[in-house]
Amino acid sequence: MPFNSSRKPKLAVWKFASCDGCQLSLLDCEDTLLAIADSIQIASFPEATRAVIRGPYEISLVEGSITSAHDAERIHKIRRLSKTLITIGACATSGGIQALKNFKDVNDFINIVYANPDYISSLNNSTPISDHVKVDFELRGCPINKNALVEVCNAYLNRRKPNIPTYSVCMECKRRGNICVMVSKGIPCLGPVTHAGCDAICPAYNRGCYSCFGPSEDPNVKSLSNQFEEMGMSKDELIRIYRGINANAEEFKNESIFHEQK
Amino acid sequence: MSKSKTKIINVDYLARVEGEGSLYLKIKDDKVQDIKFKIFEPPRFFEAFLRDRHFSEAPDITARICGICPIAYQMGAVHAMENALGVSLDNNLRELRRLIYCGEWIESHVLHVYMLHAPDFLGYQDAIQLAKDHPDVVNEGLRLKKIGNELVTLLGGREIHPINVKVGGFYKLPTKNDFRSLLENLKWAQTAAHSMIKLTSSLEFPDFEQDYEFVALRHPDEYPFNEGRLVSNKGLDIDVADFEKHFEEEHVEHSTSLHCKLKERGKYKVGPLARYSLNFDKFSPEVQKAAKDAGLKEECYNPFKSILVRSVETLHAVNEAIRIIENYEEPKTPYVEINPKASVGYGCTEAPRGICYHRYNLDSKGLITDANIVPPTSQNQKSIESDLRALIPTIIDLPDEEITWKCEQAIRNYDPCISCSCHFLKVTIDRE
Repeated sequence: MPFNSSRKPKLAVWKFASCDGCQLSLLDCEDTLLAIADSIQIASFPEATRAVIRGPYEISLVEGSITSAHDAERIHKIRRLSKTLITIGACATSGGIQALKNFKDVNDFINIVYANPDYISSLNNSTPISDHVKVDFELRGCPINKNALVEVCNAYLNRRKPNIPTYSVCMECKRRGNICVMVSKGIPCLGPVTHAGCDAICPAYNRGCYSCFGPSEDPNVKSLSNQFEEMGMSKDELIRIYRGINANAEEFKNESIFHEQK
Repeated sequence: MSKSKTKIINVDYLARVEGEGSLYLKIKDDKVQDIKFKIFEPPRFFEAFLRDRHFSEAPDITARICGICPIAYQMGAVHAMENALGVSLDNNLRELRRLIYCGEWIESHVLHVYMLHAPDFLGYQDAIQLAKDHPDVVNEGLRLKKIGNELVTLLGGREIHPINVKVGGFYKLPTKNDFRSLLENLKWAQTAAHSMIKLTSSLEFPDFEQDYEFVALRHPDEYPFNEGRLVSNKGLDIDVADFEKHFEEEHVEHSTSLHCKLKERGKYKVGPLARYSLNFDKFSPEVQKAAKDAGLKEECYNPFKSILVRSVETLHAVNEAIRIIENYEEPKTPYVEINPKASVGYGCTEAPRGICYHRYNLDSKGLITDANIVPPTSQNQKSIESDLRALIPTIIDLPDEEITWKCEQAIRNYDPCISCSCHFLKVTIDRE
């Protein structure tokens, strides 16, 4: 990360409701981790270090969604401490898989999992960070791609625009030379409406995309649903396919509700 | 610091663990009055939203419980579903499942040993500080971790939340050729795992043997990954399907993670020490010798030595991966076709942190009507608290900062995975 300054910029990593996988991506940069740590100051990253250096921070990476009143307040403090706030992953960007509770009564959910529901405080909805504070960049994926993470941090530290394409998985799929699983094998695939970033791994492994990266720019969800119906998908299957990792992303949420109410 | 006062030690946010937790300690007249290992990770309700999902979706959904051990959840889910639907896999597919688990054990154990736990023993805040003084050590760890990740990526499509595991097998099979460069890396990893054992055996361990009931899987022929009976050193020997008859989860006020206990005897311990002590005879002679040369006996009751046991298990996982790859025969089909039926299925696998139990009830269409998942960290919470109760009197005269660090280290002995357990760590010491 070529950032020349006598004072190293401070990076902080924050966690909300999540699986830790996206921040783990940073530790998974085995080849570049020590070089990254050389050019920036890892000022707060509890998963990796006990040491905490006080803010403000040049960059805050925020993982996870907001599911509690306490967290809804905490994110505002983090925003105030951060020059640039970047959300990492599906939870922080759309609400994540735990947003499946948004479609049900949260009290039913608490009763299913916990014997003493009174001990649990949880908001009705799991919401993305951008519902609460201004976000400077949303890096998608479940999990994010670690090279994309390095690119985004690099871009912000060097005051340029991150080079993260917003087209669909189909573009990556073609470039990878995959044969379309929907056309050739009749496997339902969310690739046409899903944001690129994974390098079309599911089709490369003979399965349909299940949209870890959420909706692409201007996705034609209606048209894809028509195609799914023609392929014989049932109403319940249609609802389920949009209610996955990014169930709370606007376009997917609307589409699943549309089919539910049909 | 007057000794007759109540003292509170609070660690608000425990570092170098996976997830959000804290520790509160109240000490009066040098005696521990209260310990709360609190988990405040927000609950995510996986068991609830698995209801009405199709059985084939369970591996992708449950993987999201944990970013460090997604394979553990995928394996638990696929084995439980196959148990429910009466499917058995041929040996070649079964071996591939063991192989991807080897990758996760290597990646997870090496991450914990080098990046999360070794800094405690050597007095560093983190691995990056450690790397400034010992770059070769940290670089070797990073390279070894990368090889574990390469193995998961090759079989799973990517290292975190792999996409290739399917109920009934895999979506796509690797060819013999795909393993060529990985095999060379694994040969290097064999030497590196031996030096990892040597390095961790040279650390200073406090004299701290505890009387544990160890619970782990035991398989007639192999060191356990995906299959076996659940056994303990105090007489438990049950089929996985009987887990809920012998274990129960309780919900305590200070934690969003349920605490699991044995109905008859209360607390028990899962993870590397349990697995090792109950299955030492299943290691190869090479691994047994490496363990003994490192000063371990056939059973290990010192939780601080878990770092050494993880290193021994890393060597085992590397050797096992090499064995599987060298004998690999491509299965005839990537997966077995499955027809849904109303049923109930059970699965229990050895996640890097210990046993992880799954139960699913399915309806005739293959939709999940009920799910129960018991991750390792919720099973170890009672042992973590009892370790701390035993540890504090031995370190009571140290300054608060050192007590705090030692307590954190004792918690990290478990490599707790808090996101998993909520489906946890901040330390508070209160002295009176």
